[in-house]
Amino acid sequence: MTEVDILNKLENHLRNMKLSGHVGFDSLPDQLVNKSVQNGFVFNILCISETGLGKSTLMDSLFNTNFESTPSPHTLPSVKLKAQTFELQESNVRLKLTIVDTVGYGDQINKDDSFKSLVDYIDQQYEAYLQEELKIKRSLSSYHDSRIHACLYFICPTGHGLKSLDLVCMKKLDTKVNIIPIIAKADTISKTELQKFKAKINEELQANGVQIYHFPTDDETVAEQNNTMNSHIPFAVVGSTEFVKLGSKMIRARQYPWGIVQVEDPSHCDFVKLREMLIRTNMEDMREKTHTRHYELYRQKRLEQMGFTDVDSENKPVSFQQTFEAKRSNHLAELQAKEDEVRQMFVVRVKEKESELKESEKELHAKFEKLKKDHAEEKRKLEEARKKLEEEFVEFNRRKTQFSSSHTLTLGKNKKK
Amino acid sequence: MSSTTPTGPPPVPPSKPILSTPGSYMSSFQSGHTATIHSINKTHDKPAIAARPIPPPTVPKYSSSFGKIDRERNEFGGNKIDRLEREKEGIGGSYRLASLDRLANRQRLLEQNNGLGQVDAKNNGVIDNNNGQNGGNLNSGLQSKREMFFKGEAQVSPQGPPPQPPLINSSSIQNNINEKNHINTNGTHTNNTVQNSINKLIMKEKEANELNHHQDSNKLATERQEKEKQQAIVRPKVKELDGYVGFANLPNQVYRKAVKKGFEFTLMVVGESGLGKSTLINSMFLSDIYNQEQHPGPSFRAKKTVAVETTKVLLRENGVNLTLTIVDTPGFGDAVDNSNCWTPIIDFVESKYEEYLTAESRVHRKAISDSRVHLCLYFIAPSGHGLKQLDIEFMQRLHDKVNVIPVIAKADTLTPEEMQQFKKQVLNEIAQNKIKIYDFPEPLEDEEEAKALRQLRTRVPFAVVGSNTVIEVEGRKVRGRKYPYGVVEVENLDHCDFIALRNMVVRTHLQDLKDVTNNVHYENYRCRKLAGLGNDGKTKLSNKNPLAQMEEEKREHDSKMKKMEAEMEQVFEMKVKEKKQKLKDSELELTRRHEERKKALELQIRELEERRKAFEQEKAEWEQQNNVTLEELRRKSLEANSKETMDGKEKKKEKKKGLF
Repeated sequence: MTEVDILNKLENHLRNMKLSGHVGFDSLPDQLVNKSVQNGFVFNILCISETGLGKSTLMDSLFNTNFESTPSPHTLPSVKLKAQTFELQESNVRLKLTIVDTVGYGDQINKDDSFKSLVDYIDQQYEAYLQEELKIKRSLSSYHDSRIHACLYFICPTGHGLKSLDLVCMKKLDTKVNIIPIIAKADTISKTELQKFKAKINEELQANGVQIYHFPTDDETVAEQNNTMNSHIPFAVVGSTEFVKLGSKMIRARQYPWGIVQVEDPSHCDFVKLREMLIRTNMEDMREKTHTRHYELYRQKRLEQMGFTDVDSENKPVSFQQTFEAKRSNHLAELQAKEDEVRQMFVVRVKEKESELKESEKELHAKFEKLKKDHAEEKRKLEEARKKLEEEFVEFNRRKTQFSSSHTLTLGKNKKK
Repeated sequence: MSSTTPTGPPPVPPSKPILSTPGSYMSSFQSGHTATIHSINKTHDKPAIAARPIPPPTVPKYSSSFGKIDRERNEFGGNKIDRLEREKEGIGGSYRLASLDRLANRQRLLEQNNGLGQVDAKNNGVIDNNNGQNGGNLNSGLQSKREMFFKGEAQVSPQGPPPQPPLINSSSIQNNINEKNHINTNGTHTNNTVQNSINKLIMKEKEANELNHHQDSNKLATERQEKEKQQAIVRPKVKELDGYVGFANLPNQVYRKAVKKGFEFTLMVVGESGLGKSTLINSMFLSDIYNQEQHPGPSFRAKKTVAVETTKVLLRENGVNLTLTIVDTPGFGDAVDNSNCWTPIIDFVESKYEEYLTAESRVHRKAISDSRVHLCLYFIAPSGHGLKQLDIEFMQRLHDKVNVIPVIAKADTLTPEEMQQFKKQVLNEIAQNKIKIYDFPEPLEDEEEAKALRQLRTRVPFAVVGSNTVIEVEGRKVRGRKYPYGVVEVENLDHCDFIALRNMVVRTHLQDLKDVTNNVHYENYRCRKLAGLGNDGKTKLSNKNPLAQMEEEKREHDSKMKKMEAEMEQVFEMKVKEKKQKLKDSELELTRRHEERKKALELQIRELEERRKAFEQEKAEWEQQNNVTLEELRRKSLEANSKETMDGKEKKKEKKKGLF
């Protein structure tokens, strides 16, 4: 009881204390587990595979159910993704499983953009989560997490290594998602071929620096198992929706004239290993890795892109709020500036129009001024003409009277002449 | 055997694909077929897995997590007795060891009995739990399901297997247990433990039958189960699984991770000096976190202002690490003027939120250590006269920032009747002042355990006594306080509510306290903090992230601008139109006037012309008449004038002269 570290008198120093009895906080993990069981679990798998490698069959086999998927067309111009969500329950554990299938992957002649829709989809899910996280009023505890936790990459069982499409695609995705490469339809490769094929694949992955998901070995309870499993990657799997009666047991298998391939027989294929690793041992780890590694990376990039930093130009730490405040004032200033600009532009326009109108008014006035002048001129001319006429008239009358008065005289004069 | 006829449902109720309660889960694993999934030495049984017929090929070492689940059942949904037993044992470890022994034993049996034995062994291991649980098993949701099974079985019972002699190698205990299984799984709705003894004999034969069946057709189990599942369509929404998939192991994965990560908890104690805060903390965690010699409680040091002090300790119990931070507030309520003595406390709580918020919103986040205050125990003086003003003020200020649980300190100064009265008064005053203390969530399942929890719940506000000393009473060693008139046992529910407090806070709701802190109080803080940023003091809270909101505002602003522009444009257009109209009008007016004038002028011109014409005519006529042209006349007169002008001039001169 008094095995307290006597020397540590510092307030904040972490002291190791011994308990003198059962306190009961060892139920904490149980409390946590209980809560998470109550809330249910969410797991999202992305299956990337060329058409016809048995995605749906494998999924059915993995979850021992029939997801009732329908075959998809193979002639699409681009890669599509199809997400389906199922509610599964086993004992008291509820699992909301989302399976995202590629449709038409590898069907195009030009496969340059094949990975694009995959990357877009994955990023969209991250973005949605990020948006939720950044909300002021958020409800992360009830948010349906749609981020992809595991990506099964189906490798075509050619026996000749990876296709360049495989490498390109995996390279693009390896920082975004936990990739688990698997060799599909492994019943077409013999044991020795398989060894070589696996080695070849691993070699190629390594040569191209593709980071696939490795089962964690830092937890001693599963370290050993995960370690041995890591050496079996990529798993060569066979799926089947058919059941064959073997002895008195119905088993998932594929019946060939030369024998029966049992899906759940570890000597036939790695299906059991895959299920063990994917579902039974490391599901939670993949969920965690997705959150702490891949999502974190995405978030980091996105926030930096948005202009957030942890330190300012003088290397002083900046809090989110500060950055946000700065952004906000910027934003408001921007809005104000925009408003001002709009107003300014309007004012200019008004002025332009005003002057234009004034101009035309002036023109009008000038025109009429001229007209007036012309008019006046004409009037003047008229006046002149009238005056002239009047003058002439007067003269005429004068002449007339003159003439009539002097007529006799003139006549006489004329007669005299 | 029904297994040979594909349509006949099996006689053994299978482990159901969908099981939602611990009760059903127990029953399912009892009836189920065990797979050898666990490594023997480490695991307790994990029923969900054990119930599954398909053995996983690898043997995963899932550590002790399986046992945890079981124990958790006991803690939460199951057996009260078990826990008390454990308490008596003092150390959880011994319990664990015992269960490990049982496990080993079980495994041995399992190997012997092949399949059948597994079931038995499991029951062997958990038998002590079953009794308590069976009563609660049969909640209504499950009943219908069971009835369905029951009916299904009843229909085909004629086809059922013929009775066979019981197996000799199964011990009587096993038989007994199997019987219990059988009853349980067959869908008996009455309490198992009661019926058990009565039905023992009746069921024995059938039971044996059952057992035999198990052994014979162990391999057919899968098939049977599948068939059974086809019958048991329970929830259409939920996809059914044909056999064991393994994600039922998820809780164990979570458990593993959680244990590995360890836990953090911050507990704040607030109350006037001398109410026994430090002692209570020591009693609660059964360790000398505060120790008079080496780690004196803060109040032993000479400080009389309200301070906030933290003590961090690492506790370890059964492999679970807990970093416990105790926040003490020495000097609270000790001054003469206690107004605002809560300020440093509020500041502390908020500063922790702030720290967390900053850490959370960093671009490069590291693992965030959670130092937020998860619980504030507020110590009420056992005055017997209700709350003091300070108590009310404090709780009112804190209740929306942190989980507050009021406790009545030094409860050994009040008699039970007084205490009853006092509690009532305190609760009344809390309600009157609209203080929301931490509300222990209503237990979900209607089981014994839940009842016990509910009972503990009614003890709020907990009246507690703490003690640092262990006293021997009637041969038992107990934490208590010795008085001349008796011993107050801290861990005795009849003496005080300490056990209720500890159980509720530590054993059942520690995680909930953390969750409420995170989901409610912290979110509220964050909301207040960021809302101030996002809305410029406006109270409107949008359900958007601030950035998206900014985008939205931008868009809004844009549209506003556009609208404004459009409006302005409209006004402008109108004005321009008006102006143009005016111009046009004035032009028209001017034109009109001009036209008028022009017309008038023209008229005048015409008139003039007419007059001229008339004049010309007259002139011409006259000229003709007189046979003389005006020109001639003019010439003549000019000639004459030249002579006459002189005369005229002279005449004028004369005239002018004449004028003067």
